[in-house]
Amino acid sequence: MPSSKSDTMRGLAVFISDIRNCKSREAEIKRINKELANIRSKFKGDRQLDGYGKKKYVCKLLFIFLLGVDIDFGYMEAVNLLSSIKYTEKQIGYLFISVLINHSHDLMKLVIQSIKNDLNSGKPIHISLALNCIANVGSPEMAEQLASEVPRILVGSDTMDTVRQNAALCLLRLYRVSPKILPPGEWTTRIVQLLSDKHLGVVTAACSLIYEVARDNPDDYKNCVPLAVSRLSRIATANYGDLQDYTYYFVPAPWLSVKLLRLLQTYPPPEDPAVRARLHECIEAVLNRAMEAPKSKKVQHSNAKNAVIFEAISLIIHYDNDPDQMVRACNQLGTYLSSRETNLRYLALESMCSLASSEYSHEAVKKHQSTVIQALKSERDVSVRQRAIDLLYAMCDKTNAMEIVEEMLNYLKTADYSIREEMVLKVAILAERYAVDYTWYVDTILRLIGIAGDYVSEEVWYRVIQITVNRDDVQGYAAKTVFEALQAPACHENMVKVGAYILGEFGNLIAGDGRSSAGTQFELLHSKFHFCSTATRAILLTTYVKFINLFPELKGQIQKVLQSDNQIRNADVELQQRCLEYLRMSSVASAEVLNTVLEVMPPFPERESSILAKLQKKKSVINNKNLADGAANANTTNTTAKPPAVPAPIPAAPTANAVTNNTPAPVVDLIGRESIVVTPSTTIDGVNAGALLVDVFAEAEPKLPQQNNEVITQDNSDKFLTKHNGVLYESSTIQIGVKSEFKQSTGTLNIFFGNKTNFQLAGFTSVVERSADLQNHILSFFNLIV
Amino acid sequence: MIRFILLVNKDGQSRLSRYYYNIVGEDRQNLERDVISKCLLRSKKECSFLEYQNMMLIYRRYMSLFFIVGVGGDENELSILEFIQNLVETFDRYFNDVITMNVEKAYMILDEMVLNGHILETSKNRVLAPIYATEKN
Repeated sequence: MPSSKSDTMRGLAVFISDIRNCKSREAEIKRINKELANIRSKFKGDRQLDGYGKKKYVCKLLFIFLLGVDIDFGYMEAVNLLSSIKYTEKQIGYLFISVLINHSHDLMKLVIQSIKNDLNSGKPIHISLALNCIANVGSPEMAEQLASEVPRILVGSDTMDTVRQNAALCLLRLYRVSPKILPPGEWTTRIVQLLSDKHLGVVTAACSLIYEVARDNPDDYKNCVPLAVSRLSRIATANYGDLQDYTYYFVPAPWLSVKLLRLLQTYPPPEDPAVRARLHECIEAVLNRAMEAPKSKKVQHSNAKNAVIFEAISLIIHYDNDPDQMVRACNQLGTYLSSRETNLRYLALESMCSLASSEYSHEAVKKHQSTVIQALKSERDVSVRQRAIDLLYAMCDKTNAMEIVEEMLNYLKTADYSIREEMVLKVAILAERYAVDYTWYVDTILRLIGIAGDYVSEEVWYRVIQITVNRDDVQGYAAKTVFEALQAPACHENMVKVGAYILGEFGNLIAGDGRSSAGTQFELLHSKFHFCSTATRAILLTTYVKFINLFPELKGQIQKVLQSDNQIRNADVELQQRCLEYLRMSSVASAEVLNTVLEVMPPFPERESSILAKLQKKKSVINNKNLADGAANANTTNTTAKPPAVPAPIPAAPTANAVTNNTPAPVVDLIGRESIVVTPSTTIDGVNAGALLVDVFAEAEPKLPQQNNEVITQDNSDKFLTKHNGVLYESSTIQIGVKSEFKQSTGTLNIFFGNKTNFQLAGFTSVVERSADLQNHILSFFNLIV
Repeated sequence: MIRFILLVNKDGQSRLSRYYYNIVGEDRQNLERDVISKCLLRSKKECSFLEYQNMMLIYRRYMSLFFIVGVGGDENELSILEFIQNLVETFDRYFNDVITMNVEKAYMILDEMVLNGHILETSKNRVLAPIYATEKN
């Protein structure tokens, strides 16, 4: 055994034991420094160190580096070792280089030279060492200089198997660094052939190589599929005696099987029926193994076996074309769900998530619902619980939505803070998507706010309000529920926001009932007033003025509140403004005017939910399809300081809502100052070299040849003094329409650009510029919708 | 692919570390500290897989030693778990006792088994053959 050989570097062993015996960090450092000084002197010494000495000291340096001390000398000696003939010295040298050196080191050239010498030396162990080093360091210079050598070794017929293995992975490393060393076509067939090599180690290495390269050029390497399948089937049906070296606890070549299965996942199912049949058999065989009695009680056996099974299931999911197999996979995963090993449960939950979204297996997955819910309640490990939540979300549909939402709400009460926001979004999405009875939906969201109010983002409660406004049947119920919720002693601020809004709109529906009469409602809301933030207070003020309209008997009471110094001289400008304006409005306007102004909110236009977008953004998957109409958001007079919720960002387009004030300034100003300049930039897809519109409002003629510029700006802008909508500008290439709405202190200006040509517009942008003096008066947000 | 392999004792000191991507100096130490503290805190009931930043940590405990492997991408977790077992058995066979191993030989063995973040060779005989051969050299 090692300790009695002459090249064991006893000095090193002594050093290591010294360090290990050190009682404190200071003692360690002292010992290290002593050794470093010793080594430094030896290296500088007049006497040339012999190979053994160099090796010993370089090794010590390596060990010191591992202890966490940076080494700044000894590289030269290590490089010298590389050129030694003795294997052990060379090996230490390479080890040192691969661990310590970085790409831009000066000695790199020498190292590469040594490597080249070794590669051509003809001795397999030296070649292996060199290849190892290349693989571990893999700098771009190495790639350039050694690009021709390595593939040659890989496919050469006289290379030893072990060397071939190393060459394959080395090539992979170089390929990652500079993909052009493996141009498609040149080496492809020969590399693919490696899959049929009889040495399984070579196959393993080749498999890794092909996997990476095929990801980048799938067409080129698609011939690997039949070879991979045949290799896989040979392994799967092999007798345990055949693959002696590669059988691990009675499982034949588990790592290789996993790799082959993974390789197959980069391709669609094979078209050739023979190959497909063989693959099918293979997968069946693998799944069958799960049913067999285990050949060994050891956990290693079951882990290895299960590793292959999980990978096979991944492949089935990827193909997504065979219902029987998918159901079978699902059942297999179901048994894992109740396994005693936490690892298996975790992986089963993860795999099932992907199964749940496929149509073939969705039903099968649902059968395990109660097991999953049980897991949610009883698992100790939080990451397993999280997977259970993901799975419940994926398997939810109309039939089980209510149950699943109930479970998720229960879990939310005790959930980890880091996942609460995501869970809230998920519950909101599920509740909305599968609600048959919208009273249930309203209930769920209100409960959500009650349980996890802090994590309920704005999109969620905007949505519940939108839905309540849009659906008459739910309005009374919502008002009643909100009223009851508000009576709880400690209710969350989001609840107050929602409550205020709903009571403001539909409080009259429950005012008949003695317990929730107008006065009670007002007192309830006002009791929360002082505990709320500015944004909430703003909403409450709006509600109060709506109450004046709904319940004239409260007018005096409310006006007194509005008049109080607290409000009129409030430090926040928004609150002050609202107070004053509402007060004035309630005293000056007649009942009919008040009624019109504070009419019930019209239904919101139906659109995609922004919650889904937020969830996916949270999962950092940008979904460009869900885009809420910013205009509608501006209509809800809720927030003041914060801009309304901005849904999923389109990568290029800026997002904001257009707002302008409703002072009766001449609208010519609006056009003149807010000049809309079209500048060439790339914001629209589908670029064809079509008409390029430069400056619409400028006096200069646009650059199109057949341009007949009918500038009717002046006429149309006058129109806008008395009406909100219409065509602002029209020419033969473009039509600009305006639609605007104003409510209280906010307004929306929608500007529509219509392309009247037959070409596609390229590089179209619109920019809104505001002149300096208007800047102070307008709080504006912009939204560009394409 | 495998990003790194760490061997630590229960006090958190690393005995062996191999990185398969470019990470130097302070980053390396911070990473190690972070990863080690996370893994040491786990109890037996919890599963052996842990998500950390953009990789998955897979660890296994053998008496007073922790083997931690960080993988990126979508490696099969169970296969890596068993690979750790395989590695330990190989060390065992060579050193007779994993605790008092010779550091540079351990690296040699590791290098025979994993190259550039991919599993290279899993058969113990094939891995140890060249090691035994060098001893005669």
